[in-house]
Amino acid sequence: MNNPQETRRVWPEKLFYGLCLSAVIIPLGILVLLLGKVGMDGVARIDWGFITHYPSRLPARAGILPAMVGSIYLIGLTALIAVPVGIGAAIYLQEYGKNSRWADMIELNIANLAGVPSIIYGLLGLGFFVRTLGMGRSLLAGACTLALLILPVIIMSAREALRTVPDRTREAAYGLGATQWQVVRQVVLPVAMPGMMTGSILAISRAIGETAPLIVVGALTYLTFLPNSPFSAFSALPIQIYNWVSRPQEAFVTNAASGIIVLLVIMLVMNSLAILLRNRLERRLK
Amino acid sequence: MSENPAEVPAPLPVKFRVENLRAGFGDNEVLHGIDMVVPDRGVTAIIGPSGCGKSTLIRCLNRMHELVPSAFVSGSVHLEDTDIYAGAVDPVLLRRRVGMVFQKPNPFPSMSIRENVLAGLKLTGSLDKSTADEIMERALNHAALWDEVKDRLDDRGTGLSGGQQQRLCIARSLAVSPDVLLMDEPCSALDPIATARIEDLIHQLKEHYTIVIVTHNMQQAARASDKTAFLLMGELVEMTETKTLFTSPSDRRTEDYITGKFG
Repeated sequence: MNNPQETRRVWPEKLFYGLCLSAVIIPLGILVLLLGKVGMDGVARIDWGFITHYPSRLPARAGILPAMVGSIYLIGLTALIAVPVGIGAAIYLQEYGKNSRWADMIELNIANLAGVPSIIYGLLGLGFFVRTLGMGRSLLAGACTLALLILPVIIMSAREALRTVPDRTREAAYGLGATQWQVVRQVVLPVAMPGMMTGSILAISRAIGETAPLIVVGALTYLTFLPNSPFSAFSALPIQIYNWVSRPQEAFVTNAASGIIVLLVIMLVMNSLAILLRNRLERRLK
Repeated sequence: MSENPAEVPAPLPVKFRVENLRAGFGDNEVLHGIDMVVPDRGVTAIIGPSGCGKSTLIRCLNRMHELVPSAFVSGSVHLEDTDIYAGAVDPVLLRRRVGMVFQKPNPFPSMSIRENVLAGLKLTGSLDKSTADEIMERALNHAALWDEVKDRLDDRGTGLSGGQQQRLCIARSLAVSPDVLLMDEPCSALDPIATARIEDLIHQLKEHYTIVIVTHNMQQAARASDKTAFLLMGELVEMTETKTLFTSPSDRRTEDYITGKFG
């Protein structure tokens, strides 16, 4: 062990291990601190009234109900639009457009779109969904905008999942006389589905917290009713939180912290449901 | 298949007639005009050094070759009386008649052993629940795998050993009752014991099916086949009875290859 050569060999090993470990610990520590701070600030304010009340100019009476319901609808609608379209696009690119210039070019553009700032999507949503298509400042316009925002991520992760299905598995199915649709539907998708779901879940989690595009599209901060159709005006949690944080009164900032807790809980619940669903789809064989 | 030399064999009916087959990828022509006749029943082996076009040739017989982007084919291949490259032929239906076993065992990873065997029927929507178990058992029996797996039919197909997986793939091909079984180096990923089992199996299957097997293993061709074709750089050098090819080849290149001078 005291052999100098041995030491020289072990040294970088330990250094690298330490670096990797700190890369895990530092961000995690910061995250824990942030959550702890939010939790301490906000948990006292959370009660049944906070969850079931409408906003108010009095911080103590203000509640988060419309924002919460708005967020849940918004995310549900976004997922409903983005996941099928995203997975469909990935299937086209990977299974049908395979190796064509055209598909490569589309993919390059999609990768770039994933890097476009979300406010740009907001402006696009305002111009296209709200005005041109006449959806107005509605839940649907918001969901379409968010769907557009997360589509690139869903498409790319779904395509990645499809890539992990080896070609020899596809060939086996073709060799049995399956059509392309049968190969995709019954052989490729079952194998790729868990991976595609994981990518979609991550993308949707991102959409839950998006604020900028919703502000541009016109989510409201003061609502006295719940959205009752896709064409209703709506509010969303990040918008409500943003609004409260920018108020001068201290009590509203506490409300914001409580709102963050609600947002996090909703995100966790939605992710857990999605993961449960994924695990059910993923057939367990010995 | 008359084993008795005293008996004069009737001319065998023809299964495949390959005429002036040219095939390749993009600018690279792999097969430079192959003419070949594969008899009905029995085993036809295709041997030759790596890269000579064996796999391309066998994949042209059930139109798997064209699945690769940039692949091209010209010439003709007749399966009995049908030109399989004629416009009216649906490659999907052709592949149900001409099954294929691949180099590496490729059971479907998301399926159990039972589902793997029945996959061909299920995929194509022709699975009849009432006969499914019977078909599965018969296919696994034909593939000499039934006794090893009958107690764990619901386990994952990919959990079997390599040799078992390859027999599972053979069972899967047999379950759709093809006429022809194409085997593309089916033993190259297997150990000698598993290889011997597959060869035994080929021996039994040839009574009922036409088998075309690609192999880079000359002993395997000599042991398992009735006829052998020697392919070199995309040309068919010689094709004749296996015994004749290995004992008195008529072409110098064949002799050099089978005596190990190259390849």
